[in-house]
Order: sequence, then structure tokens, then C-alpha cells
Amino acid sequence: MASTGYPPTQPGADPLNLWGNAREGSEVPTELQSRPQPADRRRASGDAPAVAVERVSRTYHGEGGTTVRALADVSLHATGGELLAVVGPSGCGKSTLLELICGLQQPDSGRVACAPAVLMPQRDLLLPWLSALDNAALALRIARVPRARARAQASALFDELGLDGFQQARPHELSGGMRQRVAFARTLLSGKSLLCLDEPFGALDAITRGEMQEWLARTLAAQPRTTRPTASTALSRTVVLVTHDVEEAILLADRVAVLSRRPGRVVAELAVEIAHPRSRTDPEVLALRERALSALGAGEPL
Amino acid sequence: MNAARDAFAGRDAFAGRDAFAGRVRAFLPAMLLAGALAGAWELYADFSGVQQDLLPAPHAVASALWSNGGSVWRNFTVTAEQVLLGLALALACGSALAIAIHLFPLLRRAVYPLAVGSQAVPIPVIGVLLVFWWGFGIFPKLVVIALICFFPIVVSTVDGLAAVDPEQPKLLRTLDASRWQAFRFAELPAALPAALSGARIALAVGVIGAFIAETSTPSSAAYSGLGREIIDNISSGFQTPRAYAATVVLFAFAVACFYALALAERVLVPWHARRRGATA
Repeated sequence: MASTGYPPTQPGADPLNLWGNAREGSEVPTELQSRPQPADRRRASGDAPAVAVERVSRTYHGEGGTTVRALADVSLHATGGELLAVVGPSGCGKSTLLELICGLQQPDSGRVACAPAVLMPQRDLLLPWLSALDNAALALRIARVPRARARAQASALFDELGLDGFQQARPHELSGGMRQRVAFARTLLSGKSLLCLDEPFGALDAITRGEMQEWLARTLAAQPRTTRPTASTALSRTVVLVTHDVEEAILLADRVAVLSRRPGRVVAELAVEIAHPRSRTDPEVLALRERALSALGAGEPL
Repeated sequence: MNAARDAFAGRDAFAGRDAFAGRVRAFLPAMLLAGALAGAWELYADFSGVQQDLLPAPHAVASALWSNGGSVWRNFTVTAEQVLLGLALALACGSALAIAIHLFPLLRRAVYPLAVGSQAVPIPVIGVLLVFWWGFGIFPKLVVIALICFFPIVVSTVDGLAAVDPEQPKLLRTLDASRWQAFRFAELPAALPAALSGARIALAVGVIGAFIAETSTPSSAAYSGLGREIIDNISSGFQTPRAYAATVVLFAFAVACFYALALAERVLVPWHARRRGATA
């Protein structure tokens, strides 16, 4: 259990007892317009990376003595403001990696030190009894922001995310893409500087997925400046995007880490230095795609 | 502007009539079936030679209900009050116990076997004790009804509280929710439909619970409920039609309460009712 760093990673590792232990070092999410937290400032000035995962291994012990090695000796880093994509085949421990980063699990060995992180799970997990607006404002309500103010803040974000007019819609009235937008609004409004997106578009059809990828690229480009106007935080929103879609990773990310089959280990790290907006058919994108796929061992022609 | 409003009002009136027609259509199968059964019963009672004391014909039951309307009504109000208050007591205790069991797994292991076993206790065994403790008033009867009703409420609420998506706690944890907030924002609303389903089952057994309560704990009041009325008419006077009249009232009361709760469900948990597309 060698995990240290800032903020102190939270104890209480097993997911079945998430609140079983006292939570030290948990911070109330900052409101969007408030002053940045010390952590933000520290990272913006380059004192610490937003994500530091060093030589982390994680093995699950199932009932009846079965063991599953999810991650083996994985190291990953992301600096403030960076969008790091983690690509790998299904079951390569990507979700485990995100839960480690979010402090929902502890590594068996190695070290995880990350900025306060918020998880956007694969399924939107919107609460069916709340309107889209109240779902987005959930983090603010949890931070005890009064209802009217929480709704006003969420409503302002709805305009930017292309959700205007859907404030009062219930989740079941929204399309899959719209639900993911609401879930993304909820993630942003947590005020955390590190966003962990777990296959955000994995459940969408191909056409909607393409639209949402463009939407996310646009939103992330605009987001930090519009909702967090202070200079010190303008570049501080860090994103870790987990996906099994190599193309999605290259279209969106600044850097792509390729994970192998289980047990997951990093087999390649590719910097994506292509200007936005990126096109699927751009030769540079295609070349990177080939490199990522061959790192995955799937690049050979059929 | 006015025309638009009139058109709107007109559409509303039309929608109202439509809704009424729809409701009649929804109840039509039940009414037809009840009518057919009553007709068959009437024919059987009239022509099979079965004794009036054994099975009174529907028309005899109706006339007994008509001629004893006053006392049936007063007994009905006594029973209805007991059922509703007993159910409220069961809801309060049952949901509190369910929440405690959910939050403290140790309690589940400690309390569940006892709760299951309590359902096997024949009420007359403890009826005298309850009267010894609380006298001849309404309270011992409420305790009996609550004892019979609380179990389905506890079981379905505990299951409802545990039915939250297993990923949901992780999400809430990264949003910095406390254990209490996770309960308040996610688990409690998610459990509401199941709790109401439990309440509907509880209500169905609560009416027979009132009968058991009235017949196993004596009362000092002038009118001591439909259950007492039924037992008295069956055992002493062979007034079978009057007993059947009281039974018909209990029957109708159970049906009415069931649908009232279904209506409450549509108001309280609209997201659930809509998903199910349920009429009841």
C-alpha cells in the first residue's frame, strides 16, 4: 500500500464500502466562479503533475481462489491542462486505472498521486427522478450550494454545452447523446480540475459518437476559458479519457497511452501534435492510428 | 388570443371526457367479471337448494346491507380508521427498520430472522397480552395490524434501497458526497417505488389484519368494527346475510385503498409509473 502524494489519497479502498472510513483530505468542490484552490495554483505553476501513476499493479482476488491481474507495472503522467487518452482492448484494466486515479481503489504496489478527480462513468447514471438541470447541478447540491444558485450555475453551462431548452427534461426523455452531455455538465460542475472520462461515448451509435467527439473537442477547447476565467486556471483542466476507440483517442487527445491486453501495461505513448479541429481522414491522424494499432498488435492487414 | 384560449379549453374538456371514458374502459373488465360472478352466485343460491344460512343469495346480502346500513357504516368507519392508522404505523416502523437494516448490515443479520419469525406468530396468542398492556382501546388493534403489515414493507424497501446501480456510489464518491448525501440523493428516491409496492401488499393483508385484530382483542366501544360484526353474526345469530354484507364492504374497501395507493404512486414516483406504463 505505497500510495502517497497530494492530496492524501483517501482510505477505504473497497468499492462495497465506499464510505466505510473517515475521509481525510476531501475537499469541497470549488464553485466555478470562486477563487482557484491551492492545488490548482500549484499545478498551474508546474510544481506537480495532475496525474502521476508510477509502477502501479493491481490484482483482483475473486471467490474460489481465482486471481485477475488487471494492471501490471503501469506508469502514466499528465500535466495540468493536458488531455491524456488511454486506449486499450476491452478488459485491459482501463476502468481500474481510472478508479485508482479517482482514489476509489488503492494499488497493490506502486504510487498514485493525482489532483482531486471526478469520474464520468461509462453509463450516464443520471438520476431518473431529477430534471436534466438538477442532474447537472448534483455536485453543487452535494457541496451545499442553495438550490436556486446551483440551478442558475448549471443553467449557464447548459447554453455552452448545446443543452439549452432541455433544462426541465427528464433523463428518459433525452437521447443518448444528450444524456452524455448532461452527464458531462455534471462532471464539469463538480469544480474538480481533473476529469476522468470512462468510455464516455461507448454506448452510442456510430453517427452520434462522431458528433459527440466533435462536440467534446469543441467544448474542451472552449470550456476552461469560459467557465473558469482566471488566468491561473485557464490551462488547468486536465482530462484522462479512457476508450477502446483508437480514432477517438487521436481526434481528441494531446497524448495517447496504449495499454496491452490484460494484465494491462503501457506499450506505447504517442504525442498527438495535430491542430484542432482534426479530421478522421487527415493523413497525420491516419498515420498515428496505424502506429497505435500496431502497438496493440492489431495493425496487420487482415 | 381568446380564440386560442377557447380552443385550448375545448381541447381540455375533450381530453377530460376522453380520460373519463378511458378510466371506465380500464375498469370495465373487472366490473363485467364481478357482475358475471354475482349472477352465477345468485343462480346457484336460488336453484341449487343450498341453505340460506350457508350461502345467502346476493339479493339477500344486498337487502341485509340496505336494512342495516347505519350499523354497517359505523362499524366500517371503525375498521377503516384501524386499517389506515395501522398501515401508517407499519409504514413508519417498517421503513425506519428497512433504512436501519440498509445502513447497518449487522442489524440485517440480527433482525431479519426475528422479523420473519414474527409473521408466524398467531395473533390470538399475543392478543390478550396486548389488551393487558394497552387496554380495550384502538391501540392494541393498531399494533396487530402493523405487525401483520410491516413485513412486506420492510422486505421490499430493503431490496429497493440496495437496488441502486453499483456504479452510482463511485460517481457520488468522486462528487464528494457523504454517506448521508448518497442516501438522500440516490438511495432513498430509488427505493421509493419498491417501498410503495410493499405498501400495496401491506394494505391488502392489512384489511384481513383488521379482522384478526378485532376478533382477537376485545373492544369496549359500541361499534367495534366489521370484523367483530362478521364474527358475531356468524357465530351467535346465524345472521349469514349480515355477515356477508359486512364482508362485501371490506372487499370494496380493500379494492378502493389499493387503487388510491396506485394513484399516490403516480404522484410520488412519476418516473417509475411512467416507465412501467402501469394503470394500477
